[in-house]
Amino acid sequence: MAGFEPQIIAFCCNWCTYAAADLAGTSRMQYPANVRIVRVMCSGMVNPLYVLKAFEGGVDGVLIAGCHLTDCHYIDGPTKCDAMVDKLREMLHVLGLEDERLRREMVAASEGVLFARVIKEMVEQLKKIGPSPFKARTEALA
Amino acid sequence: MNLEDIIKDTNTYYCLECGKCTSVCPVARYDKCFSPRMIIENALLGFEDELVLDRELFSCLTCYMCQSECPSDVDFPVFVREARSLAQGKGQHGICAHSGQLQSLARLMTSPNLKQKRLEWLSQEHRVSEKSDVLFWVGCAPYFEPIFEDIGFSALGITKASLKILNSLGIEPKLLPNERCCGHDALWTGDVDTFKKLAEYNAAQIKEAGVKKIVFACPEGYRTFKLDYPDYVDLDCEVQHISELLAEKIAENSHLSGKLMEIKKKVTYQDPCRLGRHLGVYDAPRKILEAIPGIELVEMKHSGLEAICCGTSAFTNCDSYSNALRAERLSEAVETGAELLITACPKCQTHFRCAQVDKGEEHRPTPKIEVIDLINLVADAIGEGGKSSKKK
Repeated sequence: MAGFEPQIIAFCCNWCTYAAADLAGTSRMQYPANVRIVRVMCSGMVNPLYVLKAFEGGVDGVLIAGCHLTDCHYIDGPTKCDAMVDKLREMLHVLGLEDERLRREMVAASEGVLFARVIKEMVEQLKKIGPSPFKARTEALA
Repeated sequence: MNLEDIIKDTNTYYCLECGKCTSVCPVARYDKCFSPRMIIENALLGFEDELVLDRELFSCLTCYMCQSECPSDVDFPVFVREARSLAQGKGQHGICAHSGQLQSLARLMTSPNLKQKRLEWLSQEHRVSEKSDVLFWVGCAPYFEPIFEDIGFSALGITKASLKILNSLGIEPKLLPNERCCGHDALWTGDVDTFKKLAEYNAAQIKEAGVKKIVFACPEGYRTFKLDYPDYVDLDCEVQHISELLAEKIAENSHLSGKLMEIKKKVTYQDPCRLGRHLGVYDAPRKILEAIPGIELVEMKHSGLEAICCGTSAFTNCDSYSNALRAERLSEAVETGAELLITACPKCQTHFRCAQVDKGEEHRPTPKIEVIDLINLVADAIGEGGKSSKKK
């Protein structure tokens, strides 16, 4: 698996994690460039289809990150997100996808360091487990 | 296939414009914009864009009610199915229910090197055999489990009950560890590419497994294997719905009939469109119900050939009209005075349960009645307690 660079899609909440990613950038923290960030208004609005579509498109991992439980701009977004992720995880497990490929994190706006660390960890893990089983499908279609 | 071929293949040229289809169509009764006759007319006049870009094209339940009345034998459901594949080519997908995750799962399952963990629920109490030449089709049950647990529906409950019943008949079926989605929903929403791939993967696996017979607990899978797979793949084995198998065994007076214990309940039966009008299986489920002592079967106002659909098929365009249809069907069930609504299709059950927990009742509360699968009832009767809604 030499030279394998995983692709990650990160759904980041506008109020916390997106700001944290911004903070990590303005503070010149180094983290791998394997991640593409999609800004969403709340982690609670991330729909199972967003994640499934990302996998359909051939990404190796998906990160859903947002506010801590009590920080939500919309009161209970993270709780909704957790419930959605639990169900989705069960389905992805049946589909034979490794658990590490879907990661759920809570990163506050001030935690730029944490954001950089999460991305680093995730890239390392994904490099170990290799490309997503759905990649072959995407390549066959292309 | 272009529009002209579709028209030829489905007898659409013979349409007399009598409108009987629209008058019996369950959707058209609620949704005044939906008319099978108009859809056919647009096609015959060559208005292809009007036909395929109309969102109503995906509202058809493909329940075959129209065809049962059509004097010219126009195969409207197949016409709609093929027109949807034209629509897919123009980027129309209908409005997918459950955010489209079920359609997405089907597409993901076309990956060549997929290693599913779909049989983890299997425990010591279920006897399965690698060598058996009877295959039990598990289908989407493991995927439905997390999606529908909120409405108290356990698809795996039906699967487990089926295995227990088969075991008690002395059949130890084989299960495929990596079976794919049968592709029913993909086909009926017009995604023929996905369907073809799924069919090829499944046919290859079945051939390799060397089975002679496949038993289904789901009418949709059964229909797809029986009527649609032969057009795409070569599948050399017998297919049967578990209700047909059970009715056969009961008629043979096998030891199953002796095992059925008394359940004192008044029940009514919902004919799933795939099992009823698509495949003509009306009697088998009723014979099973008759065979269970204590069960009193009362028919709803519309039953058999006239049975009203559960309101959504292939998980598309589930809207307020679908819900109205469900409420109507549920009130017919309640009017019979039955305690239980029995169905033989997992999807009917999800829809009827969903309608009953629906919080958005605008006009009047949805009638309440307990819905269970025929298989769970039989499992209860043979004391194998297939508690349908209990999980873990």
